[in-house]
Amino acid sequence: MRASWLPKLVVAPSFVLALLFIYGLIAWNGYLSLSASRLLPNYEFAGFQQYVNLYDSERFRVALSNMAVFGTLFVGGAMAIGLLLAILLDQKIRAEGVLRTIYLYPMALSFIVTGTAWKWILNPGLGIEHLVRQWGLESFTFDWLVDPDKAIYCIAIAGVWQSAGFVMALFLAGLRGIDDSIVKAAQVDGASLPRIYWRILIPSLRPVFFSTLMVVSHLAIKSFDLVMALTAGGPGFATDLPATFMYAMAFSRGQIGLGAASATVMLALVAAIVVPYLYSELRVKK
Amino acid sequence: MNRLATHRLLLWAALLLFAAWFLTPLYVMVVTSLKDMQQVREGNLLSLPGNPTLASWAKAWSSACTGIDCGGLRPFFVNSILMVLPAVAVSTTIGSLNGYVLAKWRFPGSETLFAMLLFGVFMPMQVVLLPMSQVLGWLGIASSIWGLILVHVIAGIPSTTLFFRNYYVGLPDELIKAAMLDGAGFWRIFTRIVLPLSTPILVVTLIWQFTNIWNDFLYGVVFSGADSKPITVGLNNLANTSSSVKEYNVDMAAAMIAALPTLFVYVVAGKYFVRGLTAGAVKG
Repeated sequence: MRASWLPKLVVAPSFVLALLFIYGLIAWNGYLSLSASRLLPNYEFAGFQQYVNLYDSERFRVALSNMAVFGTLFVGGAMAIGLLLAILLDQKIRAEGVLRTIYLYPMALSFIVTGTAWKWILNPGLGIEHLVRQWGLESFTFDWLVDPDKAIYCIAIAGVWQSAGFVMALFLAGLRGIDDSIVKAAQVDGASLPRIYWRILIPSLRPVFFSTLMVVSHLAIKSFDLVMALTAGGPGFATDLPATFMYAMAFSRGQIGLGAASATVMLALVAAIVVPYLYSELRVKK
Repeated sequence: MNRLATHRLLLWAALLLFAAWFLTPLYVMVVTSLKDMQQVREGNLLSLPGNPTLASWAKAWSSACTGIDCGGLRPFFVNSILMVLPAVAVSTTIGSLNGYVLAKWRFPGSETLFAMLLFGVFMPMQVVLLPMSQVLGWLGIASSIWGLILVHVIAGIPSTTLFFRNYYVGLPDELIKAAMLDGAGFWRIFTRIVLPLSTPILVVTLIWQFTNIWNDFLYGVVFSGADSKPITVGLNNLANTSSSVKEYNVDMAAAMIAALPTLFVYVVAGKYFVRGLTAGAVKG
């Protein structure tokens, strides 16, 4: 094509900027994580000391184990409810549009809004506990939000509430993409509806299943806002996740090197999920 | 026939139960925001306000305390608008140009560049926060709305580029070739042929960017200064300000104020919002 320099020139500034932003700053952050930086960036090379400190840090271990608990519940819950909703909505429901709008509206909210709302609903004083007691169950207690062992479940509940509709939308799009004639043929053969779903439709959702799993898992690793709004990592640091740990170290505890190291760990976790996916996705297309 | 009716009944019961689960928090937010504190204490989460009042809304908007300031959410709301409008406009413009080139003017290496850019959609932003705050300092726009706009524009480029590229790939190449035979060049084809066909993806991208940037908290809390904090940071500060009496009604009114712009867009143009959601995950 003529004037072949022009298209390159048009994309050059933003591409350079975005790639520098992504890879340049990742490298920079990587370097910070190998430095002795504390309150201020300090480019004195310290080897892997920050990673050793990270490994020894009890708070980071709590963050990682919370990550595992929250990640499993959030991903598992959102995937299960999302798939169920998609199948239920796929039954030629007359009010499908309205129901879909209801199931999906939390995705339009900020996690801060979701967190603020659930914090009120789950608070032990006047929230659900109060409600159930007024209904007559005087001895009912529900204080997970302030219980260091249970608060992480509250975050998972609010997270699933916000994201299940998103999973539903992805699965529903997948179900609608399946050729109707396969289902018709199975019906002619006398297969029952649950059987058709279990044996034909759900297996053919495999690609959608994997891309959804990838998207939801990487959201779990990046979770930050929801924790900040719901518990701010507390009680103590009982509900810290890697993202809130990173924020606390880098921006309020004056541990820049440690914060950078924890960010690198998060990057590695996300990359382990996303890179194989992007690779297969882009390779298939060619 | 009877079995079928039972099935439908169960199906509808499940559907409505889920609808209730999704709607309850919104309902709780609205009714709580319309009560005064006495009604909040005497009633419960689900009880309707005896005599609804907008006092909490007024307080959340103009006089609630967010930390040591007691000027309500209004200044934060204004900051968010000042930040969102330019950031959405610029990132969408850049995305459409990039997508146009990547779909219709490919050059050696353009696909690789695109793949490298795609990683930016997924990477955890924590990994760029520390260096970025230093860069913003050097540019002299740390703690300002300009800094936030710049960060949102750059961070938005990967997804806007992805949206437009995948959409433009679907436009027939013959259209472009025919225009070139007629002597149209790069810009003419873009403005006369491609852009007029872009309305759906333009709406998708504008809504996507608006929702994401309005709802962002991470950049807002890290890169803003005392007078450039966006609404999400304002809401979080308001809800977490410890005062002697916790005013849940004001918290809920504040949460509604922060949620209304994106909820409004969702209700008006939900179809396009859903398309943006699915476009990010299922690529063409």
